[in-house]
Amino acid sequence: MTTLLAIGTGKGLFLATSSDRRDWAVSGPHFPMTGVYAVAVDKRPGRPRLLAGMTSSHFGPSVATSDDLGGSWHEPNQAPVAFPADTGASLGRVWQLTPAGPDQPDVVWAGTEPSALFRSEDGGRSFSLVRALWDHPHREQWGAGFGGQAVHSVLPHPGDAGRMAVAMSTGGVYRTEDAGASWAPGNTGIRAYFLPDEWPEFGQCVHKIARDAGDPERLYAQNHHGVYRSDDDGRSWTSIAAGLPSDFGFPIVAHPSRPGAVYAFPLTADGERFPTDRRCRVYRSADAGASWEPLTAGLPDGPFYPAVLRDAMCADDHDPAGVYFGTRSGEVYASADEGDSWSLVAAHLPDVLCVRAAEV
Amino acid sequence: MVTVLLPGPLRSEAGGESRLTVAATGTLRAVLDEVATTWPRLARRIRDERGDLRRYVNVYVDGEDCRHTGALDTEVPEGAEIQILPSVAGG
Repeated sequence: MTTLLAIGTGKGLFLATSSDRRDWAVSGPHFPMTGVYAVAVDKRPGRPRLLAGMTSSHFGPSVATSDDLGGSWHEPNQAPVAFPADTGASLGRVWQLTPAGPDQPDVVWAGTEPSALFRSEDGGRSFSLVRALWDHPHREQWGAGFGGQAVHSVLPHPGDAGRMAVAMSTGGVYRTEDAGASWAPGNTGIRAYFLPDEWPEFGQCVHKIARDAGDPERLYAQNHHGVYRSDDDGRSWTSIAAGLPSDFGFPIVAHPSRPGAVYAFPLTADGERFPTDRRCRVYRSADAGASWEPLTAGLPDGPFYPAVLRDAMCADDHDPAGVYFGTRSGEVYASADEGDSWSLVAAHLPDVLCVRAAEV
Repeated sequence: MVTVLLPGPLRSEAGGESRLTVAATGTLRAVLDEVATTWPRLARRIRDERGDLRRYVNVYVDGEDCRHTGALDTEVPEGAEIQILPSVAGG
């Protein structure tokens, strides 16, 4: 059993492998001097395939794929993700790469900056713009957070290929029930304290959404202040922040197989983006956010200042599940026991932007 | 014919070459369009899908920064030397 942990950083992609999820061999960087904001391990039949979305500050964005676990990479001659000429837009970066379900084995979704969704039907080698979301009448009012204006979360519905939820900063959650032909905001109950109307139809700064493993109608959201759960596939949301030390943060991760299990990494506040109490703690809920417990075993016990970005926490597909996170200070931690205990995978990497892990 | 000089980070997108001979003149746009026909991955590292020069890529035509001489409309005479350089940026 080999576990692959892909670590996207501000200066390239690192790949870590382990047979026990405790001792890791780290290689890289692939795509040095690029920001790797998106990475995916596609395990659908006929693969695995790695996908990486990287952006050079000089030479722009692209997407590459590897069918030999990073031994070699393929980048098409034609730009894999590009805006059509009539849009007048150009790709800033790819923020998210999401393989569809096994019933659509060649479909991969890409969330981008500026806020748009692209669909690939060839396993991630070429993508086309999802027009209906780009043409949405709300688009001109979608804003940009400090990280840029981007679709950063893409959640296909596992039981219905026509349904999907995406999230963007700022703009909030949008849903489709007709395979992307039309989109409607799904932000009821999510507060936007930074707007005059704190409960708008859209405009929320949702940082990340995740889908529950057992109930596909159940989603979780880490908002720009606010942690929420939806029990109706993202139509409406209720707070699950009461048991957390803070409702601010960036990532939220659902357990890969255990219903109701979810992980967060709280920061103190928008204006104080340090871990709560200056301690490195992951919080886990086993009851869909009704209660939370801090996870600390094996994590640094002294003062700790780095944040964990929206895609820099993930779970693998083992049982028991592994949980992983990377920090803006270039440390990566892994848990092979669902968060009960942690060990260091790597330190002194560039700032960690995203992590994804899977048995390969 | 014109010569296009490539910086180190872009040479892998042009078969390892540091210097390309391009059968085009007229404007810088025409030269870069011709480069794109042979080296599309190189070309999209210089210009985005709108055809605009990337912000942190500088192009000099016979030593003059094209942003001061008409950008992509800069005249490129026969025998010109076009140098592509990444700007001083990044962290």
